[in-house]
Amino acid sequence: MVAGPGGLRFVLNGRPVRSRAPAGARLAQVLREEFGLTGTKIGCDAGDCGACTVLLDGAQVCACLVPVGQIEGGRVVTVEGLAEKNGLDRLQRAFLITGAAQCGICTPGMLMAAADLLARRPSPDETEVRDAIGGVLCRCTGYRKIVEAVLLAASDRPLPTEPDGRMGARRIRLDGPDKVAGRAAFGADRRPREALELRLVRSPHHRARFGIGDLEGFRARHPGILRILTAADIPGRNGFGIYPDLKDQPVLAAGEVRHRGEPVLALVGTPEAVRKVDPEELPIAWEPLPPVFGIEAALAPDAPVVHAGRPDNVLIEGRVRRGEVETALRGSAVRAEIAVETSFVEHAYIEPEAGFAVRRGDSIEIFATTQAPYMDREEVAAVLGIPAERVRIVPSACGGGFGGKLDVSVQPILAVAAWLLDRPVRTVWSRPESMAASTKRHPARIRAEAGADTEGRLTGFRFHGDFDTGAYASWGPTVAQRVPVHATGPYRLRAALCTTRGIYTNGPPAGAFRGFGVPQAAIAHEALMDMLADRLGMDRLEFRLANALRPGDVTHCGQRLGDGVALAACLERLRPIWREERDRLAAGRGREGPLRRGLGIACMWYGLGNTSMSNPSTMEVGLSQEGRLTLYNGAVDIGQGSATIMVQLCAEALGLPMELFDQVLGDTARTRDAGKTSASRQTLVSGNAARLAGLDLRRQILRLANAGPDAELRLEGSLLEVREGGRLREIDLRRLVPGEGGEVLRGIGSWDPPTEPLDADGQGVPYASYGFAAQMALVEVDLELGTTRPLRIWAAHDVGRAVNPTLVEGQIEGGIAQGIGLALMEEFVPGRNENLHDYLIPTVGDVPEIEIHLIEEGDPLGPFGAKGVGEPALIPTAPAILNAIADATGVRPGRVPVTPDRLLAALAAAKVQG
Amino acid sequence: MHIYERPRDLETALALLAEGDWQVMAGGTDIYPARVDRPLERPLLDITAIEALHGIEETGEGYRLGACLRWSELRDRPLPPIFDGLRKAAATIGGRQIQNRATLGGNLCNASPAADGIPVLMALEAVVELRSLRGVRRIPLVDFVRGNRCTALAPDELLTAVLLPRPRGRSRTTFLKLGSRAHLVISITMIALALDCDPAGRILRAGVAVGACAPTARRLPLLESRLLGRDLAEPLATAVDTAVLAPLAPIDDIRGTAAYRRRATLVLLRRGLAELATPLRGAA
Ligand SMILES: Cc1cc2nc3c(=O)[nH]c(=O)nc-3n(C[C@H](O)[C@H](O)[C@H](O)COP(=O)(O)OP(=O)(O)OC[C@H]3O[C@@H](n4cnc5c(N)ncnc54)[C@H](O)[C@@H]3O)c2cc1C
Ligand code: FES
Ligand code: FES
Repeated sequence: MVAGPGGLRFVLNGRPVRSRAPAGARLAQVLREEFGLTGTKIGCDAGDCGACTVLLDGAQVCACLVPVGQIEGGRVVTVEGLAEKNGLDRLQRAFLITGAAQCGICTPGMLMAAADLLARRPSPDETEVRDAIGGVLCRCTGYRKIVEAVLLAASDRPLPTEPDGRMGARRIRLDGPDKVAGRAAFGADRRPREALELRLVRSPHHRARFGIGDLEGFRARHPGILRILTAADIPGRNGFGIYPDLKDQPVLAAGEVRHRGEPVLALVGTPEAVRKVDPEELPIAWEPLPPVFGIEAALAPDAPVVHAGRPDNVLIEGRVRRGEVETALRGSAVRAEIAVETSFVEHAYIEPEAGFAVRRGDSIEIFATTQAPYMDREEVAAVLGIPAERVRIVPSACGGGFGGKLDVSVQPILAVAAWLLDRPVRTVWSRPESMAASTKRHPARIRAEAGADTEGRLTGFRFHGDFDTGAYASWGPTVAQRVPVHATGPYRLRAALCTTRGIYTNGPPAGAFRGFGVPQAAIAHEALMDMLADRLGMDRLEFRLANALRPGDVTHCGQRLGDGVALAACLERLRPIWREERDRLAAGRGREGPLRRGLGIACMWYGLGNTSMSNPSTMEVGLSQEGRLTLYNGAVDIGQGSATIMVQLCAEALGLPMELFDQVLGDTARTRDAGKTSASRQTLVSGNAARLAGLDLRRQILRLANAGPDAELRLEGSLLEVREGGRLREIDLRRLVPGEGGEVLRGIGSWDPPTEPLDADGQGVPYASYGFAAQMALVEVDLELGTTRPLRIWAAHDVGRAVNPTLVEGQIEGGIAQGIGLALMEEFVPGRNENLHDYLIPTVGDVPEIEIHLIEEGDPLGPFGAKGVGEPALIPTAPAILNAIADATGVRPGRVPVTPDRLLAALAAAKVQG
Repeated sequence: MHIYERPRDLETALALLAEGDWQVMAGGTDIYPARVDRPLERPLLDITAIEALHGIEETGEGYRLGACLRWSELRDRPLPPIFDGLRKAAATIGGRQIQNRATLGGNLCNASPAADGIPVLMALEAVVELRSLRGVRRIPLVDFVRGNRCTALAPDELLTAVLLPRPRGRSRTTFLKLGSRAHLVISITMIALALDCDPAGRILRAGVAVGACAPTARRLPLLESRLLGRDLAEPLATAVDTAVLAPLAPIDDIRGTAAYRRRATLVLLRRGLAELATPLRGAA
């Protein structure tokens, strides 16, 4: 039974339809490609992520695993069918009001899994909710708000209404309605008609030389393949990379590959033809070479050289030095030392890399998933050998980034193909491709030592960290520079020496991942804080508080901190909880059997924006004759919410309601450069630009009205009212002469954080502003099995001011979930777990209750006092969990993640038994 | 055009199988994930429309489970205690969207070393029914699963049913699985226990099997014999020591080391036995 002449019949979202797809085709693909229902997402095509969840005859299924042949006569409901036309149903609205959707790529799957539950059990409890959505992975939210949304939808309570207001208000995210309706267009959701498909052929070897045989012959045997691109076809520079002098990663490898998954050829043709090719058939003669794995091997005297220009495999060194560390340590009353080793960690955003490119005359246009449109533009221009002005980047909705979509992925090769063939070209990476080829968190090998005097004051701190940057530089230099600045933790010290190295290996390129190496370093400094406190017989929280950086203190970089340092307030907020939990644990000791509980605490600090480098942001806001405002916002929203808070900040500065705003987001042809979405910089840097743009427009309006700074604005259609005291001025916008884009007024704002260069000893002003936090974790360790279960996490974060508390909480919960993964389960091994089946990220059942305390003392530089929280959210979690494990067992595992087998081995070595 | 057949009766399916090379497909939850980057090549024979392969039936000798029985049915239907272990396994196979499609037969025929259904059914001394145009074979599951993804199934055969012998007394079964996270867990190790007891709680038959610790799930005959004749009220965990693990041959892999698997298996066995020692509830 091949789909008969009439096709396969089934009912789709209430309408009878016929599919002409072959019966063995996956339902997910048929929904997307034949019916255009791109609300059903494909994150893995293997049943592992649940993004494709739809209802089949009322029950949730993975649409990527159901052959359409099996749905003959059945009923399929997708996210598009959840609500009546154009409206949203209660479940979708509950997702909006609770902030359950961040990047939104998992949202359709979550909604369908929840809809299945609510149809079966109209009043479920929390366990049933967790069970129902247990098969859908979310990398952004930490699941807390999703569970809350489902319970809210199921309750008979009316849904809360959205509050008014701007700065500080829990506004619904502006891109939320499209995300819960399945309308948001991610990288794979748009394709120009007649687009060709591109597929990369990748190296199966970690390190090899290769020669390419008769491609023309191969092409002739494969009708439908129009072109096979090699390194020789790259018109401009066959290299990209974050740093201007380190464009070491080829678009297509030329004769040698340095990591598994590195692209060698690009097949371009009809989708059917390129999908059919078995890469093994291609005429590539491989000569595998012995790969270099791990830092130790790369530093061995006879190690193979990964890049010819770096005979010692050292990419870069970083260093911060202040005072005489040796003397300080020697004079300490107590000292502690620690060694930590971490692994490659995969970003595991649920949206794999995807996009398309179109050539228009001598320009190229790219629609793709990204965190950094302006950097993409530079890279593509250089690869094509054309000026940047002729490259336009239109970011798609971004289905999660976390640093992994800062480097270019699909963009350069799509551009080359579309340029050379002069046809639209599209590509969607498969999950295994994405995992093999994308950047990772740097594995670290750290040794650190610290001392304290008898009064419990820190003396000296010594740190050395080697970071495995894999085959290419990517963000390796950033990690090497950022880590020494943060490696001491947020504490006052007399002397410090922090050094780092970035090491080339044949691992996957390690790049940016939420924290740039700081989360790894924090594991070490927070272990040391516990060890020193214990040796002094001091309480672990009080020891940290006594040493915490405060306003006016000088850091080990020699920077005198201003206001906006609220670490002490974070610790003080946690103090009563800490004491209560400690006492409860002490009371329960000795009665636990094989299950042992422990409490851990950890602090962090994080410099917002680039390290000692200019990283400006520019925003514009226009006012039309019709009385609509448009924010030209070049900051990419990767789920964290910048598309919402930029409007909140601009509206606050301008003094007009958010409802009047439209937005143009991150299109390099229509917005100014707002820099990349990284380093937790958007709230601080772009937020200030948005604020200044709003202020600029306000100033222009006030000037027109001849009004003073405190005047109140009101906009009714084309009528702009300016009220000051008893005086009312009315401006008819239709009378003003429209300029650019039909707008009558346009405000512009730019901001660049004030930093100063670091000298050879890392002395200077690396960042204008820092985020601080303290988190506590309560865990339960099974002494017989070595398993660790976080039971509860408390998080106190100095966020300056929360522009939108719902979004801030979402960042913190999501960061904590990733911290749990880093601590307990995530370890990427090239060639072994390039899928979401074997590479484990936390599911809904792995994230415990989280209690959040926002400390809002205001940051003097932040827009209305706000600062970033994206990376700070994750940094203290793993250290707090590890400290809790040590508290529970007395054993401090040196290798992360602390998998059950590692912990049990460590317990056995220390003879700890249940 | 890719060939796909979905017959409604068993005879047609067997006739097709006798003629050509088919990939049998039930829930597809093992077949599709194995082909993420590649299209399906072999013709597909979809057996899910065949009525005779569905459902659970009580027979004179015990129970007959259709090959296309889905895990969600085992999980959600009220069933006697002999199914307790199977129900626990069902609830941990993927998420709900997997359980709603994946079948018992597919789990056995795919024969992954980490297949959760296999140890449970081994402990119950299940027999599989294989049919072809040539006739019917009934062979014990232990003999059916031959190695890592290797079974005794002939190319023209379908697995049509799983047969559970009637318990010799009150049945007590359980299943424990260990993984590194809460949902969507592939086992590091897992154990299945099936004890038949007389009304006083004396063990008349003991089935113990372990998965993910050898190319196939293995029974533990030494432990089974130690349990025979013991009383459920006794501390049964004392019967567990490293000697009983002799049939296992665990490996080091990404989920855990061999040494860890051995230790954890001992712990799970002890905990499983302790769980079954709790007071009896109903008969089966
Ligand atoms: C996300 C995810 C999580 C999973 N988690 C688990 C888990 O925790 N534990 C676990 O054990 N499994 C797990 N699986 C694997 C899989 O779901 C199970 O093995 C399932 O029971 C397979 O059944 P199926 O009907 O989908 O098999 P199919 O994919 O349809 O078939 C599997 C194999 O069996 C053959 N076959 C199927 N039925 C028959 C028959 N009646 N006669 C002859 N041959 C047949 C097919 O030809 C194929 O070779 C998981 C899978 C996914 C995608
Ligand atoms: S796409 Fe179907 S489960 Fe991931
Ligand atoms: S919101 Fe769930 S993956 Fe991004």
